[in-house]
Amino acid sequence: MRRIVKGGRVVDPSQELDAEVDVLIEDGQVVRLDENIEATAEDQVTDATGLVVTPGLIDIHVHLREPGFEYKETVRSGLMSAAAGGFTAVACMANTSPINDHRSITELILGQAKRHPYARVYPLGAISKGMAGEELAAVGEMVEAGIVAISDDGLPVMNAALMRRALQYAQHYDLPVVQHAEDLNLTGDGVMHEGEWSTRLGLPGIPSLAEDVMVARDLLLSADTGGRYHVAHLSTGRSLEMVKEARRRGVRATCEVSPHHLLLSDQLVAESGFDTASKMKPPLRPQSDIDILRQGIVDGSIDAIASDHAPHHQDEKDVQFSMAPFGIVGLETTVSLCLDRLVGGGMIPLSRLIELLSTGPARVFNLPGGSLRPGRVADITLLDLDRQVTVQPDRFKSLANNTPFAGWQLRGAAVGTLLAGEPVALPEDE
Amino acid sequence: MSDEMVWRRKDLLGIADLSAQEILMLLDTAESFVEVAERPIKKVPTLRGRTVINLFFENSTRTRSSFELAEKRLSADSLNFSGSSSALSKGESLIDTARNLEAMSPDLVVIRHQHPGVPHLLSKRLESGIINAGDGAHEHPTQALLDAFTIRRHKGRIEGLKVTIIGDIEHSRVVRSNIHLLTKLGAEVTVAGPRTMMPEAIDKMGVAVAYDLATALHDADVVMMLRVQLERHQKTLFPSTKEYFDLFGLTPRRLQMAKDDAIVMHPGPMNRGVEISSAVADGQRSVILDQVANGVAVRMAVLYLLMSSRSGGTEVRP
Ligand SMILES: [Zn+2]
Repeated sequence: MRRIVKGGRVVDPSQELDAEVDVLIEDGQVVRLDENIEATAEDQVTDATGLVVTPGLIDIHVHLREPGFEYKETVRSGLMSAAAGGFTAVACMANTSPINDHRSITELILGQAKRHPYARVYPLGAISKGMAGEELAAVGEMVEAGIVAISDDGLPVMNAALMRRALQYAQHYDLPVVQHAEDLNLTGDGVMHEGEWSTRLGLPGIPSLAEDVMVARDLLLSADTGGRYHVAHLSTGRSLEMVKEARRRGVRATCEVSPHHLLLSDQLVAESGFDTASKMKPPLRPQSDIDILRQGIVDGSIDAIASDHAPHHQDEKDVQFSMAPFGIVGLETTVSLCLDRLVGGGMIPLSRLIELLSTGPARVFNLPGGSLRPGRVADITLLDLDRQVTVQPDRFKSLANNTPFAGWQLRGAAVGTLLAGEPVALPEDE
Repeated sequence: MSDEMVWRRKDLLGIADLSAQEILMLLDTAESFVEVAERPIKKVPTLRGRTVINLFFENSTRTRSSFELAEKRLSADSLNFSGSSSALSKGESLIDTARNLEAMSPDLVVIRHQHPGVPHLLSKRLESGIINAGDGAHEHPTQALLDAFTIRRHKGRIEGLKVTIIGDIEHSRVVRSNIHLLTKLGAEVTVAGPRTMMPEAIDKMGVAVAYDLATALHDADVVMMLRVQLERHQKTLFPSTKEYFDLFGLTPRRLQMAKDDAIVMHPGPMNRGVEISSAVADGQRSVILDQVANGVAVRMAVLYLLMSSRSGGTEVRP
């Protein structure tokens, strides 16, 4: 069966392509990109006139919450949220209950994903058994079941000896070791970035050092072991500088940044009157960090933008700031935020954004997508750069609505996705 | 107080939100309530028929008694809920507590909570006026008002005074409210204490920072000592109370580094021999008991003005 995506502007940084060409898809794979591919009577056609056609967007930092926290999100609702937000694939974190530290949980997640094929799922396995930070989890078995990386995200690996072993062992499977970089002793009972605003508000602070100390330690371990190291949701300027410097020395380090760390500062906690939608880990940082991260978005040193989609139930967030869980949802805001604020704002060209949302993430986790070269899987995202959207949390496909971006008016949105050449259709009114 | 000035705020959440003019209006109003305490019958009918709920999630005999007395002297009907009472059982969320309160439709709610921002959360949910009686390390606006009131009574002004605040700056709500208030009224504020108790970027709040008593006390008109909270921080922030007293305890000899007519304040309760010696606490320069007495007048002023804004800003004469 053939499908032609016709009339769009194809932006594919993997082949440095930005041109008005059609995409011919056969049996789920990209076959040819060319001007004006003629459709025969049997061909199906996706009209992409006026739209941008990109390799499917991939969010490599998502919490799907299933199994164990289905009241926050399920594989089904999370994947619907992903598709609505323009993503064709997500990598999901292991901090479920039970924790994804053995193959039966990996299989359960992938089984659910198969039942709800709105986007692909690439699970991460835990680094340590029960995420207790003591013994290595059954990494090899989970690789057989389908994990693409390992991480104790939600928690850092505090134990340096275990982190060293993980970086050594993961090389047998060429897996990146993904760190939620945070020294919990330095965090203490902190609930927001430690700085002027935590001081003004009297809230216990999380110093930048909590992240930096961990990244510094891990880069030493990665250099020494040769293991692949990936910094999840990197948030400080100093950590980014260290990653760049280590990479110059040949350390195999990559990093991702979340949209909120590029767009919001710690001042928001005060401005919003202690709104718990401004509470996440790592915390929102001051403008000086934002400036350095944005520079990394521009100069190529950041590998991926990932949402750190962290759904929580409204009752959990509807409490005093100190008691609220950390995290915000991001699958349905990331693309519009990036199109409006990063591309629309003139900071980066569209092709760089697609690199950050598709090609880069695929490279970091060795995933199939990220390119529309002939022979690649035909996962595609369609963008309308002119569409005006208002962020309306009550209309999210996600079960959760904890976002600090409610009411933001943005220009540019994802308007559809194709998985293996088939348009993804979402159930209405859910 | 200018004639056309009318109090319009529903809540008193913190000093940070207030203008200098509003602060002066509160202080001037408090002056008129001092006289009530001097009457043989210390009661006025100003808030008769009004309901005030005192909601104290954290123990504070001192602040709560002061509010209660202020409410009684204004003839309000008041109701107390404390952290240990069954109405505030641990399982209930703050939002549910707020809904329960709303059902009783109080005019004003006085709230003390260990977490910053709780009064702000209640203010978003309740029709009632909210008075912050201390939220974590964030603000304690009525304390700062009574401190300013006391300073003004002794020094005749706030503007141009040099005020030094010494102690655990990081964990003190009193400090934050005082910094806002005193700098808004033109005082020069210095904060001092151990480096381990000094919050990041405190200088951005418009104060000078000192790490030794000599620098901190030099030329001070007002010396405000803070309670060091032994129970929480003893181990990680300083090694012993003895070392604390050696570095930052206020003794008569050290007080000589301040101006000759400097006054000494303390929000209480004091740790004698830790942050302040008894000789200073009970000495001639101490105005600590004045603070307590003034607290009632200041809280009467706050209750009165917030209630007047609920009556549409019309004048409710004391
Ligand atoms: Zn994390």
